[in-house]
Amino acid sequence: MALMNLITTINHTLDLAMAQDERVVVFGEDVGVEGGVFRATVGLQEKYGDQRCFDTPLAESAIVGAAVGMAINGLRPVAEIQFSGFAYPAFNQIVSHVARLRNRTRGQRSLPMVIRMPHGGGIKALEHHSESLETFFGHIPGLKVVVPSTPYDAKGLLLAAIRDDDPVIFLEPSKLYRAFRQEVPEEDYTIPIGKAKVIKAGTDLTVVSWGAYVHEAVKAAELLQAEGIDAEVIDLRTISPLDRETVLESVKKTGRFAVVHEAAKSFGPGAELVALVNEGAFLHLEAPPTRLAGFDITIPLPRGEHHYFMDAQRMAAGLRKVAHF
Amino acid sequence: MIQDYTAELIRGYGALTGRMLRIMDENGVVQEPDLVPALQDEQWLELYKVMMLTRAADDKALQLQRQGRMLTYAPNTGQEAAQVGPAAAMGKNDWLVPAFRELGAWLHRGIDLKSVYLYWYGNEFGSHFPEGVKVLPIAVPIGTQLHHAVGIAMASNIKGEDDVTVAYIGDGGTSTGDFSEAVNFAGVFNAPVVFIVQNNQYAISVARGKQTKAVTMAQKAVAAGIPGILVDGNDLFAMYAATKEAVERARSGGGPTLIEAYTYRLGAHTTSDDPTKYREDSEVEEWKPRDPLRRMKAYLIRQGLWSEEQDAALYEQYGAYALDVFRQVEAEGEPKVEDLFKYTYKEMPAHIREQYEEYVQYLEGKVD
Repeated sequence: MALMNLITTINHTLDLAMAQDERVVVFGEDVGVEGGVFRATVGLQEKYGDQRCFDTPLAESAIVGAAVGMAINGLRPVAEIQFSGFAYPAFNQIVSHVARLRNRTRGQRSLPMVIRMPHGGGIKALEHHSESLETFFGHIPGLKVVVPSTPYDAKGLLLAAIRDDDPVIFLEPSKLYRAFRQEVPEEDYTIPIGKAKVIKAGTDLTVVSWGAYVHEAVKAAELLQAEGIDAEVIDLRTISPLDRETVLESVKKTGRFAVVHEAAKSFGPGAELVALVNEGAFLHLEAPPTRLAGFDITIPLPRGEHHYFMDAQRMAAGLRKVAHF
Repeated sequence: MIQDYTAELIRGYGALTGRMLRIMDENGVVQEPDLVPALQDEQWLELYKVMMLTRAADDKALQLQRQGRMLTYAPNTGQEAAQVGPAAAMGKNDWLVPAFRELGAWLHRGIDLKSVYLYWYGNEFGSHFPEGVKVLPIAVPIGTQLHHAVGIAMASNIKGEDDVTVAYIGDGGTSTGDFSEAVNFAGVFNAPVVFIVQNNQYAISVARGKQTKAVTMAQKAVAAGIPGILVDGNDLFAMYAATKEAVERARSGGGPTLIEAYTYRLGAHTTSDDPTKYREDSEVEEWKPRDPLRRMKAYLIRQGLWSEEQDAALYEQYGAYALDVFRQVEAEGEPKVEDLFKYTYKEMPAHIREQYEEYVQYLEGKVD
């Protein structure tokens, strides 16, 4: 066991995956010599050489498209997109090919590849550095979409993603990269993609979140606890495929549901979860399933971003309404 | 059909000649007197002052960033000639389409330092320029802005106006699909646009040699069938001359040009990175004597127009001015909550108004 933050855990996990499987290659902008702008790949080029960990020219479409070719030809590429807001040039590849090759070839070809990118905001970064893209990816049939909220989970989920025979979009909350450290086992373990985790058990209200907001949601639940509201907090961990059972079982128990996310509210991931709850636990509901989400605005530049991102206090204010409905 | 470029500089220094246009050497001595653009020395002094303001504002921003008062900042130091030269060679009504590291060009084209600081301070009003300034906001996604430049230039053609558009991109940006598409589009539509590739040798940590196997960035013009020229980007005379010729060609119906400004980023990519991780100090030391300000200063002193004392005094004066501007930004730079919502659409739709009002209500009821 070692104490690690999220970024050192990603680095350690990539190292482990590369050591175990020579088909694993890691690349992207500034990934090789510099070791990544967040230092996720530091030391990997020195250890595994520039054929397995390398810098690419500045071209996201080519990074993802080349990963497709590598996966077709027997490798297990782990491509890094430097910031999620720079993923858009790669969308053509992701939507048209990454997500479709298995179906297109009726299962003859698959794409065991991972596309890693920072996710979310709250770190006073420049424009296009704070986006939450899980809705875009979650909407595309054929992709798996993962968002870890702790170093421990990140290791297990990333190893699972690299070993998955389908393409996985791996979204790393940049706010958590250096936010806290946690005991992470040195040895190999995986956490199944598609399984949520109950972080805090409760009986009065189900709160579902993921990524950096999980930690705010737990703090909000603690605020509510002091008022006698016993909230259950679920870390979704995987956006697609959704762990329907864990969410529905919880709602059937509590009768109240709120989903909390950074992405803009309209047509966002919360809408999918509310629909799931309506369809799967309607007769158990005692309050309208509720979204506490980002405003339907462009994420503000750093000086105004604190208005956009919710803290535990604002979350608690929203959750209180659901609890008292 | 092989294009025949008859203009003087392109003939002598075009992309396939393997030569670099340099008029003034590293000591500020004119080596190509026939090519010196027709400006008076007083005019060169004025341009030098813009370069100096750019440098002083850059240094001040870095200092303030280290004090925790400025957020992430992308410095320009070492690239001032590649910014001020082209800006000065443009016509009054021409458009400037920036990437994100062209402070000298912005200042020369009429963006006030306050806007620039406000942007890096993290307030959207930093992209709200004085009326009539034909400069687009900073484009952070790499390469995307070139399409806008081409479109602006196509519109000038369609409307029968003779405005020219000058657009910037970096060496890393030339690897994007958008770069190739834009250069091709410009050629096909004979758009009056001048692309300036500020080749500062690094895309964050990735060295120029790993960005493309092409010997020069200027060569990238060849396949698109447009003139390309490699220019010493630290030579104000050369940058002015090359841009002037390209702008005039574009204005007279001759179409687009690509200029590679061969320069060097003396500082970091942004204040978030540490260049010692990917380049040797000795390399930086090699480039320091080629500093564009140092060269122009030497020239102006030799011409009897300037002195070391005046130089030091002006730097001090501009530094104080920059600090004063920043203090205004600090005083006024917090965005109003309403402003985060009200510019999403021309009219605020009901659902956004509801979110805004609920949030204001929350803030009013909040107990700190």
